[in-house]
Amino acid sequence: MPELTLIEALRQAMDEEMARDDRVFITGEDVGPRGGVFRATLGLYEKYGAQRVIDSPLAELSIVGVGIGAALYGMRPICEIQFADFIFPAFNQILNEDARMYYRSGGEWAVPMVIRAPYGGGVGGGLYHSASVEAFFAHMPGLKVVIPSNPADAKGLLKSSVRDPNPVLFLEPKKGYRLIKGNVPEGEYTVPLGQAAVSREGADLTVIAYGIMHYYCLQAAEKLAAEGVSVEVVDVRTLLPLDKDTLLASVRKTGKALIVHEDNLTGGYGGELAAIIADEAFTDLDAPVKRLAAPDVPGVPFSHPLQDWFMPNPEKIAHAMRELAAY
Amino acid sequence: MPTQIIMPQLGESVVEGTIGKWLKKEGDLVKEFEPIMEVTTDKVDTEITASAAGVLLKILIADGTTVTAGTLLGWIGQPGEALPAGVGGAHPVAVGGHAPAPAAPATSLPGSAPAPQRDLGFISPVVAKLAAEHKVDLAQVTGTGGSGRITKKDVQAFVESRKSGLQPRPQEEPAPWETPGDGDLFRPAELQMPGRQTASAAPPPQPGTELIPGTTVALNPMRKAIAEHMVRSKHTAPHVTTVFEVDMSRVAAHRETNKAMFARDGANLTFTAYFVAASVAALKAYPVINSSFADDRLLLKKEINIGVAVSLGDEGLIVPVVKRADEKSLLALAREVNDLANRARSKRLKPDEVQGGTFTITNHGVSGSLFATPIINQPQCGILGVGAIQKRVTVVNDAIAIRPMCYISLTFDHRITDGATADYFLAKMKETLEGWGQSS
Amino acid sequence: MNLSKDTLLDMYYAMLRSRRLDERAWVLHRQGKIVFHISGMGHEASQIGAAFALRRGADWLAPYYRDLGLMLCFGLTPREFMLSLFGKQGEVSSGARQMPSHFGLRRANVISTSAPVATQIPHAAGIGLGIKMRGEDAVVLTCIGEGSTSQGEWYEGLNWAAVHKLPVICIVQNNQYAISVPAHLQMAVPNVADRAAAFGMPGVVVDGNDVLSVYRVIQEAADRARRGDGPTLVEAKTYRPVPHSSDDDDRSYRSREEVAEWKKRDPILMFKTYLEMQGQLTKEMNDEYEARVVAEVDDAQKFAEAAPYPNLEWAAGPVYADHTEYTIPNTQYK
Repeated sequence: MPELTLIEALRQAMDEEMARDDRVFITGEDVGPRGGVFRATLGLYEKYGAQRVIDSPLAELSIVGVGIGAALYGMRPICEIQFADFIFPAFNQILNEDARMYYRSGGEWAVPMVIRAPYGGGVGGGLYHSASVEAFFAHMPGLKVVIPSNPADAKGLLKSSVRDPNPVLFLEPKKGYRLIKGNVPEGEYTVPLGQAAVSREGADLTVIAYGIMHYYCLQAAEKLAAEGVSVEVVDVRTLLPLDKDTLLASVRKTGKALIVHEDNLTGGYGGELAAIIADEAFTDLDAPVKRLAAPDVPGVPFSHPLQDWFMPNPEKIAHAMRELAAY
Repeated sequence: MPTQIIMPQLGESVVEGTIGKWLKKEGDLVKEFEPIMEVTTDKVDTEITASAAGVLLKILIADGTTVTAGTLLGWIGQPGEALPAGVGGAHPVAVGGHAPAPAAPATSLPGSAPAPQRDLGFISPVVAKLAAEHKVDLAQVTGTGGSGRITKKDVQAFVESRKSGLQPRPQEEPAPWETPGDGDLFRPAELQMPGRQTASAAPPPQPGTELIPGTTVALNPMRKAIAEHMVRSKHTAPHVTTVFEVDMSRVAAHRETNKAMFARDGANLTFTAYFVAASVAALKAYPVINSSFADDRLLLKKEINIGVAVSLGDEGLIVPVVKRADEKSLLALAREVNDLANRARSKRLKPDEVQGGTFTITNHGVSGSLFATPIINQPQCGILGVGAIQKRVTVVNDAIAIRPMCYISLTFDHRITDGATADYFLAKMKETLEGWGQSS
Repeated sequence: MNLSKDTLLDMYYAMLRSRRLDERAWVLHRQGKIVFHISGMGHEASQIGAAFALRRGADWLAPYYRDLGLMLCFGLTPREFMLSLFGKQGEVSSGARQMPSHFGLRRANVISTSAPVATQIPHAAGIGLGIKMRGEDAVVLTCIGEGSTSQGEWYEGLNWAAVHKLPVICIVQNNQYAISVPAHLQMAVPNVADRAAAFGMPGVVVDGNDVLSVYRVIQEAADRARRGDGPTLVEAKTYRPVPHSSDDDDRSYRSREEVAEWKKRDPILMFKTYLEMQGQLTKEMNDEYEARVVAEVDDAQKFAEAAPYPNLEWAAGPVYADHTEYTIPNTQYK
């Protein structure tokens, strides 16, 4: 099994899907000859041509809106939003049109499309190149929200997303694009949407995370293991629709749950997870459900010490794990 | 075989009683049903009668001692008859009073010393569940969590070690009659009401207070009971009081007209009877006032049983209950209120007659009070305070009039209901009283 | 224009049918039988003219809520429209999940529409992109009111169509008011079509009450699109002789005199006069048409009134599609 970075795995997934199905095309800002500002589409323009790797006007709502139209027509668009921070001009298209289309048309019109968006902080991007946006979208039935945490999943999940008959918001932890490496299975495979994964087994507490936070949680769990605390780590992978069963089974086993995300705390996705656990696993709890999230400030500050203050990291996560283990 | 004299349980929530006075001495002849002692509880004072004829062989508990219900107090038998071996072994438990406590506490079971009562700390949902599933006495589990909390792992380890025989298995469950009572009915009051420690324990003397000369007066049992009950009620229920003013003209007129007739039927028609009747009407209209708060729910009472506070002067007060007041006519109410009040003053109430109230009326106006904020009689929702009826200047149809006026207050448990409902309740009372005789 | 007599009479009947169905909806609302109606009255020439210039069933439509006339030409039946008014089971655009007139008709390539305005314009561009990528010769028509051209979605959608020379026709049915706000408060140019220059596409103004003029202009635009010469912006100037919707009162924002003046230029009246002058429509024929329309409308109303409401499970979903393969009917694409 070759070792790939996260972004290489994503590129491979797009390449394979475009080769497999000529309905698949890519559009977004700078996705063509430039290969994307993060180089996710590097080489695809050369391979598939300007007809299928289309540099869009600098206008996010129409990147999504045009994608919706093309999907309704029968194409399989992959729309790239350059930074998740810039997705909000397309909010109306994603919520009112994309997510609602299937239900509002009585099942007549499905929208098979993928919206890829790099998200998250820790990259010196300041307020407008660091945002976590999943909570806004995980609220919307009809949409699927996927966040991979490692290269193998990233490839398999993106391929599933391209093939899914529903709109999928595919959020990519951009700090992990080159940081997170991993072995990727050779040959054709997909990872199904709507399934969480227990990525590390443990007995003392469950930690639930996604994206780069999941990567950090694995590191923190390793640290805790050296201290004699056995941490089980669950990777959510698909935020909507959520695989409650895997989460609940793990929490029922350990009796303790820590939820980690880098989006700010209030109204964050972790609140929903905490509510589900409190609601459905109450009698199995041995401690309060804890959340570790970024502070409630309007964005990730730029200056490095400030950014470090904002971002959850393996040390902060390990600390939260220790506290919960000692409860 | 001699017959036991047992401290009776004088009411369903009564847990203990105080021996006021033995009426017989050891060696005295007693007839069956002859009073042999006076007993005081926090609900009622009464006489205990002999359950057999013979001689009072032995007095085990002295005057003034408070013991839990069920305690053996003495023996009646034939002259010269021997008592069973180990007299006093029937676990008398002194919980207060002046007599020395018996040596052996009744709660000790042979072979299984129960863990001393300790604060177990926070019991998490899963710990509670596991303890129930595996029948674990959490008091025996060592907590290793934060602040010594018992964790899920602690319970699991305990269960495991029990399986592997590292810990003694718990005794076979003893027969119920072998187990000392620990339910509400038999639990000493201080265990039943943990908050009471802080509330009723004597506060440390304030600097300087001991320097002021004075006389110490011992509290009588009724005073003690009232003190405990009042503190508990204030700690239990958030009290709110709302006050209405009622024009009593029609009631007064009705009373004047009917007083003689009622007297012929042997009833002294007091204003209290009207307030009981009006309370019934308002409780029917707003049944939430006729309820109890029980942790996570309300108990709406089917019966309307109205307690009427009767002052016993310096000694205290007692609240006999008019049962099923909603089924009674004004005549019946008047008769029953008189009867209960008379017997309360002469201490001839039966235990049953001070229990089961669902609402209470206190007629503080008899001593001149205009309005008051009484304390709820737990576990009820509300208490009606009735002020003195006074002629006052009032405005009727934009003219100044002189009318017999009365303030009525409802003090209610704000956990159960809110001001608006309480006001509707009083408005209904006011409507009933002011319209007396109009429609009925 | 070489339209046959039969085609002209078909166009006239289509306009009449749209008008009478629309009128019946108002009546049903005032009777309290339905809760909402939004009207296409006065727009019949713009819509029927456009519809007849397209290959219905092969071309695509991204409509807006006034497009009753267009929808009927694309195959929506009066019965189906009535089902939407009553919110009954079997309603074709949404299964009665949406309010009436939020059109969509999968079998006729009419995409589903919503209520936030101008969202359909980028969709039309996307359909145009798909058509171009697949090398089809279909076109996509999208409709919008003049007020909604203030939206960014309109600009972004048409910009895409222009940049990529997509087979898109945008017809702006300029009825002078966005609910109550007159056109001069929407834009500082006299014609919406003037804005076409900013996109780099042709902009055409046409009399929206003249069905044959609209037909001609849309036919030219469709020819351009099929040739690969890109999109056209068409502004059909017309008037809404009724309030914005069943819940609006237009007396608060425009004079009765103004409305009366426009009613003299009623598109159906104008076309009827034209046909009569051409000797193609007689009073007997017209009476027969009216009787046929009333019978159709009566039948549709009875049908919808008798229809059941949707089952409650229908409210719960499905929320997600589970097709593993997604294919569009009526296209050659496989």
